Amino acid sequence: MANDEVILLDFWPSMFGMRLRIALAEKEVKYEYKEEDLRNKSPLLLQMNPIHKKIPVLIHNGKPVCESNIAVEYIDEVWKDKAPLLPSDPYDRAQARFWADYIDKKLYDSARKIWGTKGEEQEAGKKDFIECLNVLEGELGDKPYFGGDNFGFVDIALIGFYSWFYAYETYGNLSTEAECPKFVAWAKRCMQRDSVAKSLPDQHKVLEFIKVLRKKYGVE
Amino acid sequence: MATGSVKLLGVWASPFVNRVEIALKMKSVEPEFILETTLNKSELLLKSNPVYKKIPVLLHDEKPICESLVILQYIDDSWPSGPSILPSDPYDRAIAQFWASYIDEKWYPLVVEFMKAEGKEAKAAVLEKISEGNLLLEEAFIKINKGKSFFGGDRIGYLDIVLGSLLGWVKAIEMMDEMKILDETKMPSLAEWDKRFCSDNVVKDIIPQPEKLAEIHRKFHQMKKATSN
Repeated sequence: MANDEVILLDFWPSMFGMRLRIALAEKEVKYEYKEEDLRNKSPLLLQMNPIHKKIPVLIHNGKPVCESNIAVEYIDEVWKDKAPLLPSDPYDRAQARFWADYIDKKLYDSARKIWGTKGEEQEAGKKDFIECLNVLEGELGDKPYFGGDNFGFVDIALIGFYSWFYAYETYGNLSTEAECPKFVAWAKRCMQRDSVAKSLPDQHKVLEFIKVLRKKYGVE
Repeated sequence: MATGSVKLLGVWASPFVNRVEIALKMKSVEPEFILETTLNKSELLLKSNPVYKKIPVLLHDEKPICESLVILQYIDDSWPSGPSILPSDPYDRAIAQFWASYIDEKWYPLVVEFMKAEGKEAKAAVLEKISEGNLLLEEAFIKINKGKSFFGGDRIGYLDIVLGSLLGWVKAIEMMDEMKILDETKMPSLAEWDKRFCSDNVVKDIIPQPEKLAEIHRKFHQMKKATSN
């Protein structure tokens, strides 16, 4: 793999981009990080992801892989000699894919309502968000990670959201520690990993970013 | 070679269930088909899929696997000696997963939106978006099939199953609304692929005839109206 060219098109607060940063770090893959300005998307992004025009995009030797969970699986398969991210057992793999998909289907939209809306819609978002986290806590159980003893695919799919928690708590007026203590304990455990600590932005920086977004959407 | 009981919770009319049926048939696995009804979900379904409470659910040795795309990959992983469902190359696999996600999250929801839209104008507006998607799928097919008959090459694979399973309902909707969703002049390669897919030995007894689907759609709506009065 010595002559691999790996580029990541990303946007620093994206919890989806964070998935790829973590996966690449776990695999110790050298790559070029390119920050996109989503208000002014680069020709490279538009060329590499013409269908959705979204980040993150992994570009491996000139070929794009889009959709973050798909790209994490790809990274796992290509750099298979270290740090397996998906379990080897087919049933466990199916469970991992199921939960990563659940996170994509349920968590993002409810979380967005917490910082992006007011009143009834925000309350509904808060309720759904906490419910989601409780379901995920149920799945985690007493395991240190969703993958069991090993940090893996579902942990990677979920941990990026933690960098937005200070923003959720501030704008949603909620305490995740009180509502989902197991989740917070798991998140802090993940944050002790180098790959995670280096890939997640500071929560205060995210808060400032959300503040600007809220003004833009007229929520402030 | 995986052993143990194989059960499939579903209904014959669900394209998502059809996907699992096709995949199992490819691997020469005959499941016990447990018929669910949409109106009265069984204890087994609620226990096996507490998160979504939906079919299909595959029960392998009584252990549930949910979400059709997850199930397809599971079947491929669990029965590796049969013909492959997903491509073997990681990049081709990522491309197949990308298009499956596009079909399920963007394209098919538009088809459902088309069905639900009321009036010719509203339907025409949605149809325009679907047509854009159709062109993308046509381009993708030409790129992916590398000159062969199916997305999967010489025989059907993951993307053939994902898109092909939806064709029964797409044609049923075309019949009910008397409007063309799949325009063979604009998607000639996929039109040919459609015929090949539907007549494939593994597929042909599984995807229901559009007429039958249109009929149960009508019956279901009559039933809904009756119970809501």
